[in-house]
Amino acid sequence: MTSTSVTDEVPGPGRRPSLGGDRAGTGTGRLGDRLFGGAAVGAGLLVIGLVTLIGLFLLWKAIPALAGNEANFLTSREWQVSGDHPRFGIVEMLWTTVAASGIALLIAVPVGVAVALFITHYAPRWLSRPAANLVDLLAAVPSIVYGLWGLRTFGPTFVPVQEWLTAHLGWFPPFSATSISGSGTILFIGVVLAIMVLPIVTALSREVFAQTPVSHVEGALALGATKWEMIRTAVLPFGRPGVISASMLALGRALGETIAVTIIVSALAQGTPWTWSLLNGGETFASRIANNAAEFDSPQKTGAFIAAGLVLFVLTFVVNAIARVVIERRKAFSE
Amino acid sequence: MSTSSPSPAGNSPKWNEIHGPHDPTGPALALGSHSRSRQARNHLARFLVWLAFLVALAPLVWILWSVVSQGYHLLLDADWWTHSQKGITARRVGGGAVHAIQGTLLQGLVTAAISVPLAVLTAIYLVEYGRGKLARTVSFMVDILTGIPSIVAGLFIYAVWVTTLGFQRVGFAVSLSLVLLMVPTVVRSTEEMLKLVPNELREASYALGVPKWKTIVKVVLPTALSGIVTGILLGLARVMGETAPLLILGPYTKSIASDLSGGYMATLPTMINQDRTESLQPAVDRVWAAALTLILLILLLNLAGRLVARLGSVRK
Repeated sequence: MTSTSVTDEVPGPGRRPSLGGDRAGTGTGRLGDRLFGGAAVGAGLLVIGLVTLIGLFLLWKAIPALAGNEANFLTSREWQVSGDHPRFGIVEMLWTTVAASGIALLIAVPVGVAVALFITHYAPRWLSRPAANLVDLLAAVPSIVYGLWGLRTFGPTFVPVQEWLTAHLGWFPPFSATSISGSGTILFIGVVLAIMVLPIVTALSREVFAQTPVSHVEGALALGATKWEMIRTAVLPFGRPGVISASMLALGRALGETIAVTIIVSALAQGTPWTWSLLNGGETFASRIANNAAEFDSPQKTGAFIAAGLVLFVLTFVVNAIARVVIERRKAFSE
Repeated sequence: MSTSSPSPAGNSPKWNEIHGPHDPTGPALALGSHSRSRQARNHLARFLVWLAFLVALAPLVWILWSVVSQGYHLLLDADWWTHSQKGITARRVGGGAVHAIQGTLLQGLVTAAISVPLAVLTAIYLVEYGRGKLARTVSFMVDILTGIPSIVAGLFIYAVWVTTLGFQRVGFAVSLSLVLLMVPTVVRSTEEMLKLVPNELREASYALGVPKWKTIVKVVLPTALSGIVTGILLGLARVMGETAPLLILGPYTKSIASDLSGGYMATLPTMINQDRTESLQPAVDRVWAAALTLILLILLLNLAGRLVARLGSVRK
């Protein structure tokens, strides 16, 4: 087979003007090529189909439950999913999820960018690579271990910080005292999530910082800039889109983090009065689904949790799409 | 700059009279005070960047320390690697984690067996075939898949597998949900590796009359193989530590189970989850030991991945 196919494949003059560029066109019409190319296209289509299916399936299963819901899904604080008159809404989960992820970003982005600068510009040459590997190691720790550590080890040492905050800054609504006395607070999940998403921020940021054009760096230094001024005027502006999209990816991760949050956070009883305090407990979308995973017994109940999952899916979809658009725009700009 | 402060030049007129109005140190001193603040800011930035690095390392060291110090002694016991938790209550010392280790490995293997062909083919499509709108859509969808929270992946498989198809919650369903999480990471890493294969190799192969699919299978893939394997191992390490889909799809059991298509199956994450609220010391010890076992397993996969990458770096 090989000898004939070789002679067949030899391109006639002018048939294939560009060798590398004409990727899709090479070798069409041959059985092996058609099969293999078809499989590759099929795999790509399957990926598209999977993502579409996830959205459609969640929607399909959520709609009956949403139709039976007697409260406003978007504005109600209740979560009563069993029985003939289910009343449930997402506003409390939305607040907990967004507040905790916001705290995580507030901490992780500055620290992550600084660590990326350390790895690319400040670390001695021998340290730069091990430092990068160590930070990546943070990403290798399973999230359930973060949860365990947060609950049993880190949490108890964090409680005094929270007590100090309520004692001295308690007049400020986010730090006002609540009924939660342990470390299962929104603030504490935010801190743990910050540690978990730090490697994401660092990995992408250091990649873009390392790509800063040497001419920009040398230009800044030749004009007499100190190292910090060089970084502020050359490295950071160049890396900004990368940092933004890294933050968005980190946000997506923080929004959807499940088991660490589930283990750490103190759920509130139904009907607890509303407060803006970050020292309050609560449940994120993911932790509420995980906490009730054993009780998916009726379509009504399951549907309600799937509806919550759908909101989470849409949230992360939007955040990741923004990250993608920012990266794309930078690519278009630098080419 | 370091010997004299700028204040005498600025404040006392006598200083000017003695040294004359055109004293060369005058402007230099002014510049000195200005650049001193710049230097201070430079040093401050250096200090903060170092501090950030140390702050980032602190939790890593702390986590590893608390897991290792509280979990290592059970791992030294041979029972840990040979026995399950069958018949062991939270109050009792003893038993092992072999049921959970086996479950984690089995589910990981099945996940990899489904994900790898799909992901590698998708990457081949993106690099070798894909052009235009379809390729951009596939690439976008891979990104979206990367960002899907693991609990949503579990929920989706639950909606399909249990509510729609009416099957039970079994190990295979867990693997299916993990596939959703593994595919995007493997696609991205494989894509990067395929892009690194020099175009000259493809062109040389075409010039010899080798068909495109054979070029990919015999030239491109072998060249990128070590990188692809590294990506697979890292992707596997990621999904083996996942817990969220297992909460929905993979109920825990204390005994050894090897049937992915029926019955409950234990895994290391669910073993940790099972006893995490327990306050009895034997159970607490087992939780930390299981956490350490899981970390070791994942680190081992990571190390293997890096080793493969180093050994097989033919291209460069």
